[in-house]
Amino acid sequence: MDPNNVIICRCSDVSLQDLYDLFEEGYTTFEELKRIKRVGMGPCQANTCGKMVQWEIAKYFNKPLASVEFHNMRPFTMGVKLNAIKEAADDEE
Amino acid sequence: MKTTECLIVGAGPAGMRAAKRLLDVGAEVTLIDRSDMLGGQLTKQTHMFFGSEKQHASKRGIDIMQLMIDEITNHPKLTVINNATVVAMYKDRVVGYVIGEQYHRIQAKAIVLAAGASEKAIPFENNDLPGVYAAGAVQTLMNVYGVKPGHKVLMVGSGNIGLIVTYQLLQADVEVVKLIEAADSIGGYLVHASKIKRLGVDIETNMSVKRAIGKDEVEAAEIWRLDEAWQGIEGTEEIIDCDVICMAVGLAPLTELLQQMGAKIMYVRELGGNVPIIDKDHRTSIERVYACGDMAGIEEASSAMMTGEITGLSAALDLGHAVENYDQEVARLRQELANLRDGPHGEKIRQGLKKLGVLS
Repeated sequence: MDPNNVIICRCSDVSLQDLYDLFEEGYTTFEELKRIKRVGMGPCQANTCGKMVQWEIAKYFNKPLASVEFHNMRPFTMGVKLNAIKEAADDEE
Repeated sequence: MKTTECLIVGAGPAGMRAAKRLLDVGAEVTLIDRSDMLGGQLTKQTHMFFGSEKQHASKRGIDIMQLMIDEITNHPKLTVINNATVVAMYKDRVVGYVIGEQYHRIQAKAIVLAAGASEKAIPFENNDLPGVYAAGAVQTLMNVYGVKPGHKVLMVGSGNIGLIVTYQLLQADVEVVKLIEAADSIGGYLVHASKIKRLGVDIETNMSVKRAIGKDEVEAAEIWRLDEAWQGIEGTEEIIDCDVICMAVGLAPLTELLQQMGAKIMYVRELGGNVPIIDKDHRTSIERVYACGDMAGIEEASSAMMTGEITGLSAALDLGHAVENYDQEVARLRQELANLRDGPHGEKIRQGLKKLGVLS
């Protein structure tokens, strides 16, 4: 298997090899991977890649899956234009 | 800002049943859904359901959906917001949603989350080639829009979704070359498995996808046998001629909105992954915020209807509505749920609910 051709995060085009490289560099949590490589920050918001990332962390570091922390989730779950937020606020006044 | 008494996120079986229960006791309900139609996943369930009469067994999913829509539409206290994606939720029950490019906010006294689940995926080489689908996408293409996903399908996963989608592909005159399963036994109901076996589909266990083959799209798949640790065994590879690799490898509850609010979440493998911590009445760790249906743990549409009803009743009670015979009604619903979760197929769910502390 060539991990370069296994895509974990389709939104941000992050391969399994990219994850391995980050693990080797010392980034071991989902939150760190997200900040460095934007894993899980695309339109799917980790709904597709999230479980696979958790699984790969567990496998690589030989940890139980339940102990692998998920990333923090904050509003918004998809791109919203700043102008749309402003217009919503103006309408409410 | 707009306000509502009870906001329900997701108009699938759980959300619609919760809405019905709340409307019945005089609550004012806003039902919000991403799609242009109500029904959630039932919009693509063309097959007949099992279970008991009370959950409309032997009716088709789409017909059950219509019954539920008819029960609530035109109710004077119901507002439906379609084509609206909820993108933000805050602890004070302010909810942000997007319609097209417009952003709106609404504040609710209570929120019932029935947002459903997302499909899981498995990593393999060239898994980004066009032709690699999740089973729900195949169902949407075929059963909602009448579009064939391809001509020759390799189905991955033998849970009920894998089995049923295989049957629906055959009905649509699409060839299913093989169905493979990573575990050592078939996951779904044997009646479904027997039906597709009779129609000539080969089912093989302890097998998984090694890689997709193709330049611009899937032209074939390489599969291989798995050992007891679910690792591929070199030398057992087999090439399957197909243009679709359909993954039916499970669902995971959509907990992101609850997590935004800081609700407590727990990993329960048997329920599909991260699930909200709820009590028996489906209250989450945030006051007057509830979770039901697949979002509270992966089950089936029939159970989603039941958990939706229980949730609707507890929200109604917390909002101060008089609910006639509350105790008897909830006891009856719990008993029906227990019947649905009975037997060997309910074992996993029961284990999961015990871990969550909902079942003793």
